[in-house]
Amino acid sequence: MTGTSTQRMPKISLRGVKKRFGPKVVLDGVDLDVDDGESMVIIGGSGTGKSVLIKCILGILTPDEGSIKVGGVEATRLRGKERQAFLEKFGMLFQGAALFDSLPVWENVCFGLLAEKRIRRKEARDLAVEILRQVGLEADVANLSPAELSGGMQKRVGLARAIAAKPEIIFFDEPTTGLDPIMADVINSLIVDCVQDLGSTTITITHDMASVRKIADKVGMLYKGKMIWTGPKSEIDSSGNEYVDQFIHGRAEGPIHMDILKL
Amino acid sequence: MNFLGLIGRVMLTFLATAGRLGIFTVNSVSHCLRPPFFIRHIGSQMINIGYYSLPVVGLTALFTGAVLALQIYEGGSRFNAESAVAGIVVIGFVRELGPVLGGLMVAGRVSAAMAAEIGTMRVTEQIDALTTLATDPFKYLIAPRLIAATLMLPCLVLVADVIGVAGGFILSTDKLGFNPGAYLKTTVDYLEYDDVMSSLVKAGVFGFIIALMGCYHGYHSRGGAQGVGVATTNAVVSASILILMSNYVVTELFFSQ
Repeated sequence: MTGTSTQRMPKISLRGVKKRFGPKVVLDGVDLDVDDGESMVIIGGSGTGKSVLIKCILGILTPDEGSIKVGGVEATRLRGKERQAFLEKFGMLFQGAALFDSLPVWENVCFGLLAEKRIRRKEARDLAVEILRQVGLEADVANLSPAELSGGMQKRVGLARAIAAKPEIIFFDEPTTGLDPIMADVINSLIVDCVQDLGSTTITITHDMASVRKIADKVGMLYKGKMIWTGPKSEIDSSGNEYVDQFIHGRAEGPIHMDILKL
Repeated sequence: MNFLGLIGRVMLTFLATAGRLGIFTVNSVSHCLRPPFFIRHIGSQMINIGYYSLPVVGLTALFTGAVLALQIYEGGSRFNAESAVAGIVVIGFVRELGPVLGGLMVAGRVSAAMAAEIGTMRVTEQIDALTTLATDPFKYLIAPRLIAATLMLPCLVLVADVIGVAGGFILSTDKLGFNPGAYLKTTVDYLEYDDVMSSLVKAGVFGFIIALMGCYHGYHSRGGAQGVGVATTNAVVSASILILMSNYVVTELFFSQ
């Protein structure tokens, strides 16, 4: 574990976060600091609690124990308008894009701005076309339904929606899952470009080591509900942590045992 | 010992479900009463629930009204009470058959659709996406549906009452040889203010139940396509049962002496 002593307050700070579903412990005392403007990538096997972690930060799930501070504010205690104002700081790209089926692409992109009545519908459409261009999509995509888009296009629309309101913090949940390597690299490049333009703090969850190497400033590994290693991207190949080594090299042999029924 | 354990588990599950439904209802109603309101969504839901349910509710009412008239005529002829057809059709239809059949038909159409739509949004993380976009799912998804269904069901049932009575009128005058003028006069004479009011109150209650069950089961659906299917079935079954139970309660409140 790399320890850094800084005087600056982290943008996102988690201490002792625990979450269980019935008897299954998913998060078992997670500690994490993400500095302002930093790109944190969390890696780990399937079912290790990566998505649960970001859902706890957003308040979609309530942690059983622990503290989650965003910009110094304790997020777990927020209710009503305070919570709504808190959520306005965030954007998120979901694993399956999670676009609203009932709305055309342009309304998906500007949904947050329209819901908060920050812009009129005509302005929203023009803005959506502009943001779609930033993620490499033509203006004619704006009027299509999400069901008419390919997986890669849906991810790009999801990315456009995540950045539309210029959020302070953006979460990316498995941004390249299910995409071919070229489209995955396109998405990774768009993420880097968009985040640099906005100066946002980001947390990305991924299994994809190409994404880690392209997006990350800092990397953390979650295993059995604990953050077992965090450090800068440059140290990931020499972490000295056998769990991290096994994961980044994708080896079946090592301390991480997959629960596979052997026939 | 196992039998007692089973009873305990069933009881605990029932109480947990009742508690969850209670909290969901209070939360939903509070969002219906507090601004902001998504007027466009309320409007589109009103059209979906009210306008698009008209054919199914209208056809059900027309044929049920006709059958009711025929049955009363045939049954009444055993003790020379054929002349009571108009009065019994209007009272029976306005007080009971209009709201109950209308409610059950709309439950099958609307409650299932709501559960399927919201359930799919749940399992595809669209509801989580709403939250991350600082939009309360109760405000955006649940409240418009509850408001629209509670307002539109009385309108639908009013139409169903008129069509049902008309079904009885057409059959009685065309097939059974009733005088049209006398039939209409008897219909108007028999109908009272309380009959219409109870019909509309029942319809409002049924509309609320239909939307609540559709939204509740959709919102709590889990586990992909199968979970959405289960939610849809549960929504229709629970809405239908609650409609019949609440029908008794409202009838008791209006007409018990």
